[in-house]
Amino acid sequence: MAVKDLDLCIYPGECLGLLGPNGAGKTTTIHMLLGLVRSTSGKISVFGESIPERLKQIKLRIGVVPQGDNLDPDLTVFENLLVYAAYFGIDRSTARKRADDLLGFFALKNRSNEIIQHLSGGQRRRLLLSRALINAPELLILDEPTIGLDPQARHLIWERLEDLRSQGTTMLLTSHYMDEVSRLTNRVLILDEGKIVAQGNPGEMVADMMGSEVFEVADSQEKLDALEETLRSCKVDIESVADRLFIYAHEPCTELETMAISLRHVNKRPANLEDLFLKLTGRTLREN
Amino acid sequence: MWLLFYKVWLRNARVWRKHVWASLIGNLGQPFLFLLAMGFGLGRQILQIEGVTYLQFIGPGLVASAVMYSSSFETMYGSYTRLTTQRTYEAILMTPVSVEELALGEIIWAATKGIISGLIMLAALPLFGLIPSPWILALIPMLFLEGILFASLGLIMTALASDYEFFNYFTSLFITPLFLFSGIFFSISAMNPVIQKISLALPLTHAVNLSRMLCYGRIGPDWLIHSLVIVALSVFCAWVAIVLIRRRLIL
Repeated sequence: MAVKDLDLCIYPGECLGLLGPNGAGKTTTIHMLLGLVRSTSGKISVFGESIPERLKQIKLRIGVVPQGDNLDPDLTVFENLLVYAAYFGIDRSTARKRADDLLGFFALKNRSNEIIQHLSGGQRRRLLLSRALINAPELLILDEPTIGLDPQARHLIWERLEDLRSQGTTMLLTSHYMDEVSRLTNRVLILDEGKIVAQGNPGEMVADMMGSEVFEVADSQEKLDALEETLRSCKVDIESVADRLFIYAHEPCTELETMAISLRHVNKRPANLEDLFLKLTGRTLREN
Repeated sequence: MWLLFYKVWLRNARVWRKHVWASLIGNLGQPFLFLLAMGFGLGRQILQIEGVTYLQFIGPGLVASAVMYSSSFETMYGSYTRLTTQRTYEAILMTPVSVEELALGEIIWAATKGIISGLIMLAALPLFGLIPSPWILALIPMLFLEGILFASLGLIMTALASDYEFFNYFTSLFITPLFLFSGIFFSISAMNPVIQKISLALPLTHAVNLSRMLCYGRIGPDWLIHSLVIVALSVFCAWVAIVLIRRRLIL
């Protein structure tokens, strides 16, 4: 069983992040929304209509950027959009106009007649996004939309997604890049082994559960042990990983500040979503 | 409910137009070569068979086999590529197109490729000394149904396949024997009764017999049974193919 007791709700206009290690059930959840995986129990409804009865009507209003590239390699860039539009029953002239606009929006206009094999990874992702928007969807599902891209391509995609969000498109995003999630979502849901382990606004969750600052200390085991001892009086959470201590400070602590000056291998930084994610789902590798 | 199958058909037609010549040569090369080798080669040593020249005898059967090859190969190699490496099916299923419409579109497209091959073979028959009778107008829909039948069998194989090698079983153990033993190259009525019965169990035999009747304009009493077999098998196999493709794609 891939997901269990999953109670998920997306509100209009929000960008919901679905996080979790590999095998947590993110893609399964998305596939259930698309009718590609049937649920054995429970109820799924999108736009107030239930799956599977009204699947066709629901899918007319959803756009999907899949995890893997499934652009049609037998067709050119422009044809990919036209043919996809036809699956939604969009008439030719509307499809041409939208395809034109979308290629402009994603800086692909000069690649219109290119075959898919000649596109770079970033261009393919942008085309996948254009294709997902060809039916002007009310809900956009993004399954790891910037996986494997260079920083330039990722930033361009983020800017476009922010534009769409400000235009009121509802989004469901999965990603392993916590910076991406923090930047784009206003609510996240952390899944592990098919169950929800936490949910809320990413910034608030980090502040509540991790505190404001993190000290990463690398040193010999003796020094680290001694350090742990001196911090007894402080309100901190300490995590020991290999030859490194992660100290999460929930409130200011003088010992910690002194240490930060005296030790050489100390990195002081704000707590982030990645810290929270690792705390909730552990540091063990997940291999299916 | 089932109307979007047409969009899948259109997608395939658009791609086909880009490689039309390679596709036609791939589908028609083999029956034409057989017509040449068997007709002009072997045919010179056989005076008459069932009252016609050997070339005239094998022509209608090769029309039926061209449909079989084009249709079944499209839903094996073509569909399997779209299902696996190209992930075209995955992309289509994210749209309002249902898995049933997808499978139906693939079958009807492959049958369309079959009928295109069949029509070209029919048009080529005069080159081999056979002027088809007007009855071939009735043959065209039957060839289309034959295309549905073999496209569905090919799609069933695709639904079950784990790699391309899997199709060798179907081609070597089913398609090639049908090609050789469905009465295209020799007269089944001259065989002993047991072989005649076995031959009637082969689906291509019915298409070959119908094709021969309608090309010559000599309608025998068996036309109805041949037609009914093709209709029934095509509907049944299409249904099985759709069920198996759904089972493969929807978890």
